[in-house]
Amino acid sequence: MSGLSYKVIVGLEIHVQLCTKTKMFCGCELSFGEEANSRVCPVCLGMPGSLPVMNGQAVEYAMRAALALNCEVAPFTKWDRKSYYYPDLPKNYQISQYDLPLGNGGYIEIPQADGQTKRIRLIRAHLEEDAGKNLHTAGNYSQVDLNRAGTPLLEIVTEPDMSSADEVRALAVELQRIMRYLGVSEGDMQKGHMRFEPNINLVITRPDGEFKTPIAEIKNLNSFRALERSVAYEIERQLDEFIETGVTLQMGNKSTRGWNDDEQVTVLQREKEEAHDYRYFPDPDLVPVTTTPEWLEQIKAQVCELPLHKQLRYVNEYGLSDYDAGVLTAERATADFFEATVASGGDPKRVCNLLSQVGLKLANERGCDLSGLGIEPAPVAELAQMTDTGTVSATAASTILEAMVETGKGPEALAEELNLVQKSDAGELEGMVDAVLAENPQVVEQIKSGDKKSKKAMGFLLGQVMQRTKGQANPKVVSEILGRKFN
Amino acid sequence: MSFQELTAIELREAIASRRISSVEAVEAVLAQIDRLEPTVGAFISLFREEALTRARDVDRRIAAGAPVGPLAGLPVAVKDVMCTSFGATTCGSRILENFHAPYDATAVRKLLEADAVIVGKTNMDEFAMGSSTENSGLKKTVNPWATDRVPGGSSGGSAAAVAGRLCPVTLGSDTGGSIRQPASFCGVVGLKPTYGRVSRYGLVAYGSSLDQIGPFGRTVADVALMLNVIAGHDAADSTSVDETMAPVPDCLAELDKPVEGLKLGVVPAFNAGAEPAVQAAIDAAIEVYRGAGAEIVEIAMPHLDYAIAAYYVIATAEASSNLARYDGVHYGHRTANPADYVEVYSKSREEAFGAEVKRRIMLGTYALSSGYYDAYYLKALKVRNLIRGDFVKAFEQCDAIVSPVAPTTAFKFGEKMNDPLQMYLSDIYTISANLAGIPGVSVPCGLDENNLPIGLQLLTPAFSEAKLLRVARLFEAATDWHTKKPALVE
Repeated sequence: MSGLSYKVIVGLEIHVQLCTKTKMFCGCELSFGEEANSRVCPVCLGMPGSLPVMNGQAVEYAMRAALALNCEVAPFTKWDRKSYYYPDLPKNYQISQYDLPLGNGGYIEIPQADGQTKRIRLIRAHLEEDAGKNLHTAGNYSQVDLNRAGTPLLEIVTEPDMSSADEVRALAVELQRIMRYLGVSEGDMQKGHMRFEPNINLVITRPDGEFKTPIAEIKNLNSFRALERSVAYEIERQLDEFIETGVTLQMGNKSTRGWNDDEQVTVLQREKEEAHDYRYFPDPDLVPVTTTPEWLEQIKAQVCELPLHKQLRYVNEYGLSDYDAGVLTAERATADFFEATVASGGDPKRVCNLLSQVGLKLANERGCDLSGLGIEPAPVAELAQMTDTGTVSATAASTILEAMVETGKGPEALAEELNLVQKSDAGELEGMVDAVLAENPQVVEQIKSGDKKSKKAMGFLLGQVMQRTKGQANPKVVSEILGRKFN
Repeated sequence: MSFQELTAIELREAIASRRISSVEAVEAVLAQIDRLEPTVGAFISLFREEALTRARDVDRRIAAGAPVGPLAGLPVAVKDVMCTSFGATTCGSRILENFHAPYDATAVRKLLEADAVIVGKTNMDEFAMGSSTENSGLKKTVNPWATDRVPGGSSGGSAAAVAGRLCPVTLGSDTGGSIRQPASFCGVVGLKPTYGRVSRYGLVAYGSSLDQIGPFGRTVADVALMLNVIAGHDAADSTSVDETMAPVPDCLAELDKPVEGLKLGVVPAFNAGAEPAVQAAIDAAIEVYRGAGAEIVEIAMPHLDYAIAAYYVIATAEASSNLARYDGVHYGHRTANPADYVEVYSKSREEAFGAEVKRRIMLGTYALSSGYYDAYYLKALKVRNLIRGDFVKAFEQCDAIVSPVAPTTAFKFGEKMNDPLQMYLSDIYTISANLAGIPGVSVPCGLDENNLPIGLQLLTPAFSEAKLLRVARLFEAATDWHTKKPALVE
């Protein structure tokens, strides 16, 4: 249809599971994959007479996250009951935060293709308890597993600032990286640690005016792929629907849709927005939380540099490629190790190569991060310097790093032990060069005559010298000597 | 000697000094229960064998000279609103008729740790909602003073048990007067401690911001003994008060020491509206205090008129949420043949909740509904703050406020069941203490023309239970109303 253009508007609601040791309001350990109803107590079962007690660690994690996301942390916050009946909600109310969320406002920077960043504003971030799970197994009944009930969740709500499926994905990925950096969530998608609910609609411009399509909310997406694809699908669907029916946004025609991963389509769940009345009121079983300035300062000290900022800094400060910077900042342990190694005197590019090509490979094989390899940043910096000074070749450095991980020995000792120290003594090497030249008079002639194959011939001579030294000659020094011979 | 006439203090001393055994004390209580329980109906459950086993154990330890707790061997009973890991915890409701809690309420645990012997759990208005115990979904409790009359409520079973000498001391809970009013109707002493003084963990919630556990006894000293045991901070209850802020006093230590320069506050408007006999008894009580050297001051409580309205909004709002969990899904009554999961909820609740519980759930749900929240719930919270303020100002002028506990003495069964508003008005003097969170006690102060007990209410500032009980003890020591007993037990 000609003369039609449109703009995509997406806002996200994200539930992030915090990696506290115990649940939000009781002493049960967090659970994944345990036997059903094995991680429960009277409190998370909602037994009569049981009372919630706030998990201070969850509040501190949420404060840390809120500060990192540039939210304003409320000086006074409280707990509210959100009432609705569902079998996986044992009290038939969820303890959440209503009118005084822990975090207000804020924003997340997401990377864009052109290397710039875009700021996605946040509306709020609040803490709440998760529900259990209804299991629809067999027969005409369902079962309820309450292991998950009471798990602390940070709910983050963005402004509708995203304008493509790519941006939605970028935000999700960035948020995962931030949460992991802060150490407040494992961000494990497979375990449902992050769940997304995008709200999508389009603003369509036609010669006869501007039209908004009805908002659709897609429920409970727990992979980046499903998130991106469902948004992309929904954009197309809404466009088609508008062209076909002309339906536009009205009061109460927001719909709820689900993502069918097999068919790769969104499916209508509820046509009309239900007039939910959650009857929020302050939970009389819990006391309000006052976030004192001293406490905030203490938490602020736990907030680290955010990954995207780090990534851009690596590009600007160290001259790394955006790709390399991305690899180094994907996990905080990698970035921390990298920075410590650079601080110990390693050249950033050299360290980057060692870590990204060898260190991460070894860590991956061992199922740990760089800090789990048993090596310290200082010896790695030393190894990088040995490469810079030509003591060892870049190839040898990789071998040495592997050996360092294997044996725990230092790079210098290993270079000696493995015979990987390069011969850089010009006098000794010059004798060898002379011998090689004497053995290959035709090649020497070829070069002297300025043959167009002379470059290749030089390479041959270099190779002969390397062979004589069993690869230990510093190729740079040999090249210099060879160069001098033909000038 | 009749053990029934010993107070808890006397009984525990007799047991500790081995003049009588705990087994004898428990057997005496069980014998009295055998004789009178068919008439009184105070208990929902009895633990005869368990109690005797426990009593034997305490006796053995006392005989062996092993250390024992302050309630060693003493028979006690608790309102069936407190969870016990033994027996059922019904809350007087058919929805929890067969519910067995997997844990003990903190107050129950403290009784057990003090080596008390729990002989049974007492009847109550369903989920503590009521002023006559007529709302119990499980049984009828009568007033031992007149079996055609109610024992008061909601802790009617606990009050009747003490009055009928079925148990020397019991625990109840008080959300709007549910300890003090039945204490008044049954002619015993009932104490509602400061909100936060006794842990609510394991107390099945009605109005969470108002509920408080407290003791019944025949004397002030007996309730002081019980409070000493059950009071204290509990990490499992966020609203229980940190002892560094409000240390738990030894309420027995200086109980007989008169309060120097005692000033008693009287709220003229407060006392109007009581029956003449009640009014006369309160006036006489005030004269007793005056005679003991107390100064009587008139105080104003300008916002008291709104207390009942505020209370019934706040309590029912909290109740509507607290009772949402009784849905037939996880425990308690479940409807037989639900068509779908919504019917599991609607039919289970419809079948097993009583009329008053349903009424209050509906009231509370309405008050919290979108569009009404500000007009009802929020406004009620504001009134509550004003009432708190009234008490703060009042206690600048006096040490304690004196009033009737209830406008009437025990009424007849059925008299107010069809008029909920009349029933709600029986809480008019007691409710404000719950809204303000302050302690209050009911002590016997007279008998009306029908030989029915009248209670005197004393209120003092938060966390001043020791002083409150001293003021109460002063009256008790000067009068013999606490020695009167119902004809039934003669």
